[in-house]
Amino acid sequence: MIDKEYDVIIVGAGPSGSGAAVAIAKTGAKVLVLEKRQEIGTPKRCGEGLGLSTMKRMGIEKDDSWVRRKIIGFTAYAPDGKFVRHDYKNGPEGYIIERKVFDKHLAEKAVETGARVISRAEVTRLLKENGKVCGVEVEINNKKEEIKGKIVIAADGIESKIAREAGINTTLKLSDVIAGAQFEMANIDIDSDRIEMYFGNEMAPGGYVWIFPKGEHTANVGVGVRKPYAKNSAIEYLKDFIEKRPGLRKGSILEVNCGGVPVGGLMKDMVTDNFMVVGDAAHHVNPIHGGGIGEAWVGGVVAGEVAAEAIKANNTSKKFLKKYNKLWWEKRGKKMKKLIKFREVMESFSDEEFNWMVDYLKGEDLVEFTRSSGFIKLVKILSKKPSLMKHIRKLM
Amino acid sequence: MIMIETDKRKCLRCSACVGVCPHTALTLKEHGIECDKEKCVSCGLCKDFCPMGAISVVKE
Repeated sequence: MIDKEYDVIIVGAGPSGSGAAVAIAKTGAKVLVLEKRQEIGTPKRCGEGLGLSTMKRMGIEKDDSWVRRKIIGFTAYAPDGKFVRHDYKNGPEGYIIERKVFDKHLAEKAVETGARVISRAEVTRLLKENGKVCGVEVEINNKKEEIKGKIVIAADGIESKIAREAGINTTLKLSDVIAGAQFEMANIDIDSDRIEMYFGNEMAPGGYVWIFPKGEHTANVGVGVRKPYAKNSAIEYLKDFIEKRPGLRKGSILEVNCGGVPVGGLMKDMVTDNFMVVGDAAHHVNPIHGGGIGEAWVGGVVAGEVAAEAIKANNTSKKFLKKYNKLWWEKRGKKMKKLIKFREVMESFSDEEFNWMVDYLKGEDLVEFTRSSGFIKLVKILSKKPSLMKHIRKLM
Repeated sequence: MIMIETDKRKCLRCSACVGVCPHTALTLKEHGIECDKEKCVSCGLCKDFCPMGAISVVKE
C-alpha cells in the first residue's frame, strides 16, 4: 500500500506534522505522514480555542466545518470573584473549534499539497544505519514494515518517544508541564460569547480554569495545574470547581479529556543527523495560555522548509538541519523564552496579589500578556505596589 | 519490588506520563500504559503528574 522509500517521513498527523508536510510537499519532495491513532484529531487534548491572529500566522481561512463559536471577548476572574472583562474592539478575535474536524482539515491540506497520510500506523522504532536515523519501522494492520526516509520528523506529541530514541533529550521536567483535565459539557449556564478564565491557588494552583463556549449551553470546562503547587490530580480540581457552581453542576458530560501541556523546557537543539523534532514533542506551546495549535503549525512549517532545502541540497546532516534551530529561535523561540519568565512570575502570585492585580488591570493588558510586549506592562503594574518588587526582580 | 500500576478505569491514554518519565520506562499501548520493569526506578513522577490520578506506586 505504501512505498518503501520517501524523502521525508513525519511521525504524527497533528498540526505540527501537517504543517511540516505542507511545507515539504510544496517543493515536490516525497512525504509520508504516519498517524498512530485510528482517527486524526481525536481524542482531543485541547481547549479548542483558536485566535484570528494565529489563523493569520498559519495562513488558513475560516471554515464553517470546524468553527463552533465566535468569541467576542473574555472575562478573567480573580480568586475573590472580581473580574476584568474585555470585548474585542474590531469584532470577534477568535473561535472555539472542533479539533477532530480541524486537524483532519489540516491533514487534507497536506494531502492536497502532495503528501501521503496513513492513520492507524504506529511507528514502533527508528531504523538506523551507522548510528544515524534512516527510516522507521511501522505497524499497519498488525504487520510490521520498514520504510526508508532521508529525514524523519518527530511530530509525535507530548510523549515524544521517537526523539528520545534518536538521542535528543525531550523529557519534560514536572515544573515545565501543566496537567490538564477537561469536560465537554452540555446544558450548562455560561457566557456563550466570551471565554472565561479563573485564577487562584485553591482553584487551579500554577494554572487556571477555563470555560470555552462551543454553543449556547455547551462548553469545554477545564483546568490546568502544575506541580509542585498542585497537591491533587487535575481531575480533582475540575470536579471541585464544577461542584461549587450550580450552573455547571446540573450539566451533562459529553466528553472527558486530559493531557499534559509543555509550557517550558525549550530546546536549543532540535535536530540530529537526518532527524528533526516539532510541535508538542519540541515543547512548542504558548507558555502563558497553553495554546499550541499555532506554535505547532508554524514550527512544523519552519522545520519542513529546512527539510525540503536539505533534500534538494542532498545534505541531511545535523550541520545542515541546524538551520531549523536558528530560524525557529529567531522567529518564535526568543519570544517564548520571555513568556516563560512571565509565566513563572504569574504562577507565583498569591491569591491576594491576584485580587490586587485585577483592580489595576485593563482588558487590553491581558491581551498583551500573551505576547512578549506584555512584559513592560506587567512591570509597570507591579511597580505600583512595593511588596510586588520581588516579582519584578524575577522578570529582569 | 516496587512498581508503577495504572488504573485502566481511570487512564484516558493521554500519554503525558510517557513524556515526563525520565527513564523512558513507559509506553502507550492499545490497552493502556505499559511500564518496562527493567527501566522503571519507581521515582513516582508519573504518579505525581497524571491528570486523572490513575497511576499508583505499588509493592509487588
